[in-house]
Amino acid sequence: MKRHLFDTLLILTISLLFTSLLVTVVGASPADAFHHLLNGSFGSWSKFSRVLNVWIPLTLCSLGLLYAFRTGLWNIGVEGQMLLGAIGTAGVMRLGVDSASPLLFLLLALISGALLGALWALLAGWLKTRGGVHEIFAGLGLNFVAMGIILWLIFGPWKRPGIASMSGTEPFPRELWFPTLEGWRVSPFALTLAVTGILFTAWILNHSRFGLKLKAVGHNPRAVPLYGLSAQTYMLIAIVISGALAGLAGGLQVSSIYHRLIPAISSGYGYLGLLVVMLANFKLLPIPFIALFFAALNVGSIQLPMMMQLDSSLSGVIQGACVLSALLVFGLRRLKAGAKS
Amino acid sequence: MQIELQQIHKRFGDVHVLQGIDLKVDAGTIHGLVGENGAGKSTLMKILTGYLSRSSGEILIEGRRADYTNPAAAAGLGIGMLYQEPQDFPPLTVLDNFIVGRDSHPDNDRGRQQQRLSELGAQVHFQLNGSSILGSLTVGERQQLEFLRLLGRNARLLILDEPTTGISDRQKERLFTALRLIRDQGRTILLVSHKLEEIAALCDRVTILRHGRVAGEETAPFHIPRLLELMFDQAPESFLQTDRHLPGERLICFENVSASGERTGLKACSCRIYQGEVVGLAGLSGSGQGLFLRLAAALQQPLQGSIRFHDSPLAGQDHRAVRKMGGCFLPANRLEEGLITGFSLVDHFTLARGCSRNDAWTEATAAISRFNIRATPNSPAESLSGGNQQRLLLSLIPETASLVLLENPTRGLDVASAKWVWDYLRGHFRNQGALIFSSAELEEIMAVADRILVFFDGRVVRDLPIDQVDYQDVASAMTGN
Repeated sequence: MKRHLFDTLLILTISLLFTSLLVTVVGASPADAFHHLLNGSFGSWSKFSRVLNVWIPLTLCSLGLLYAFRTGLWNIGVEGQMLLGAIGTAGVMRLGVDSASPLLFLLLALISGALLGALWALLAGWLKTRGGVHEIFAGLGLNFVAMGIILWLIFGPWKRPGIASMSGTEPFPRELWFPTLEGWRVSPFALTLAVTGILFTAWILNHSRFGLKLKAVGHNPRAVPLYGLSAQTYMLIAIVISGALAGLAGGLQVSSIYHRLIPAISSGYGYLGLLVVMLANFKLLPIPFIALFFAALNVGSIQLPMMMQLDSSLSGVIQGACVLSALLVFGLRRLKAGAKS
Repeated sequence: MQIELQQIHKRFGDVHVLQGIDLKVDAGTIHGLVGENGAGKSTLMKILTGYLSRSSGEILIEGRRADYTNPAAAAGLGIGMLYQEPQDFPPLTVLDNFIVGRDSHPDNDRGRQQQRLSELGAQVHFQLNGSSILGSLTVGERQQLEFLRLLGRNARLLILDEPTTGISDRQKERLFTALRLIRDQGRTILLVSHKLEEIAALCDRVTILRHGRVAGEETAPFHIPRLLELMFDQAPESFLQTDRHLPGERLICFENVSASGERTGLKACSCRIYQGEVVGLAGLSGSGQGLFLRLAAALQQPLQGSIRFHDSPLAGQDHRAVRKMGGCFLPANRLEEGLITGFSLVDHFTLARGCSRNDAWTEATAAISRFNIRATPNSPAESLSGGNQQRLLLSLIPETASLVLLENPTRGLDVASAKWVWDYLRGHFRNQGALIFSSAELEEIMAVADRILVFFDGRVVRDLPIDQVDYQDVASAMTGN
């Protein structure tokens, strides 16, 4: 426990030092930059609720990835699964315009998003288990295909009347916005969904027999047949859960953030989720916190161009530096352990 | 080059693998090194080639002490080894491979290198096309290239490990001719082989290893039964078992089964195994026994032929089907194939029994005392010693299993543990089904099996009830005689 704390502090120190150096080199004050980052994310309830709006999909994607990682799979395809989730949700919501029961359509839309995300993941899983295509290549390829589909929809069948543009499809009417409370920018329902996801995943992965089986597949796929398990089946199940959670994240982006389908609907949270999970060293407990930290960086950095003429990609630099220094620290730990034994 | 080993000892932890080996190989001779699995041949070769360090002892080259600690230094002294598996680069051409192997003579002139390759080939009558892709060549041709590489590097002591495995008879003849030729040039050859007739045909002198000691030395001409006698312990005077019995119904049935895998594959294997039988699979390691067990467990599918278990065909089924019908497989690589690293005993029982953690805890605790496993229910599998890992695997076999397939089940166990394992297995599973096991030790098979299948080169060459076994006959069948 003490060592974990030490490692975390070490990782943060390395990445902050690196970022400070970078900011100094471009002629700005690191202290100011961090102040604006902090203020931009935690400065007010309104800002913090924006952070939560990033935290929700990022957490869902990271949770999903964790299932795949448990079986030893690198589900790089989360990004595409999120896009498909957004498409599935937008598709059903289009049908719900002017309907008498918008809430029912919202619910169906989210389910459809999760299903489409799951299906997209299943495709990558099949390519892996049946076709022998490495899941990283399958996932990456499917990401590009998903991007193609979304662009085709926005510029084709679902284009705004008269104009087709990168700004996306016609916004949905207010009745189809995900319900929030007065004065809240974040939907308490979406928040509940994410928290439930965390608790459920904690139970599944750490306490259920199903979670044990996923772990067994990840630890030694050669041995699991002897226990009457099919490694491939469990890999498929894991990647499908992964896709469903990513699809749900995509669906929330449509129904509660953008209220329409845009090309950048995923905001790159799929890839960012991979960084979160790696930084968490593939464990569940740190994920919500790291996701919150990353979300705060994303939201906080929006102010940087206005206040300091710094590009908002600074948040990405910090995130990248964190993950790289984490991998370095973990790697050194392993080397040390290896040298000892 | 003359090489002499004096009192070479090698210990791995508590295991004393080589217990004072003395060996002298004269220049310009072909010297054979034989012994059964685990006799210490590989360890001795690795020490000679610098891959392993010795615990104590001396190596003398031309009468002078040689202290080398790595393979490069050994190669520098003129020691070269021809490995059983070619150590080369299949996607590159023959010439590329030849050049890579000659890094002590950096010369990028491909014309000159090609000429050198042809010259060396002409010396020993090997013809290799420099521009062929190595991967398209037969194992025998790749071995010829490796041989030429060694000659090109001026290796004066050539160590050959089972050089005739997987090559054709013609290639074998060519290799032998080449070996005699280079011997007559004054090079020294150390030939390690299980195949006694080859040793007899080629060698001037033979050293026999047994249990890490020199069991004897013989000079040509050789008397093969004498070599066998030195290689293997004497047949046990009396067998453990006394209770003969009549086999029950047919349990598993191989019909003309061929499969690929291990070194030799499995070739046209037919046999029937009945309820109540304990069947021992004998043979040099990798002769098809492991493949036989994996096919029976449906962990692998045959290329040809059919396998029936409890009269239902296994084609298209995986191990889960066999498991449901009461089959169970314990691999020799316990940690790599049988157990899950990072998983505790409780985790293993949860998986194997499909029960709750509480029940699994109860089972694990019971297994620890019943099977005398030195561990706690929460110990991770990799922290267990080899013997305890095997006890854990045994304890995971379902009580109701009707076919227990075991690969080298007592490997690494001491005599008392091995006896305990067999008492348990025979006492428990023989009445309700059959036991099939492979073992590197013929004595073990003779002691516990009712029936023996002898494998050689992927074929079953003997299938006998144990009381009709002639020990010498089986021992020589294992080596292809």
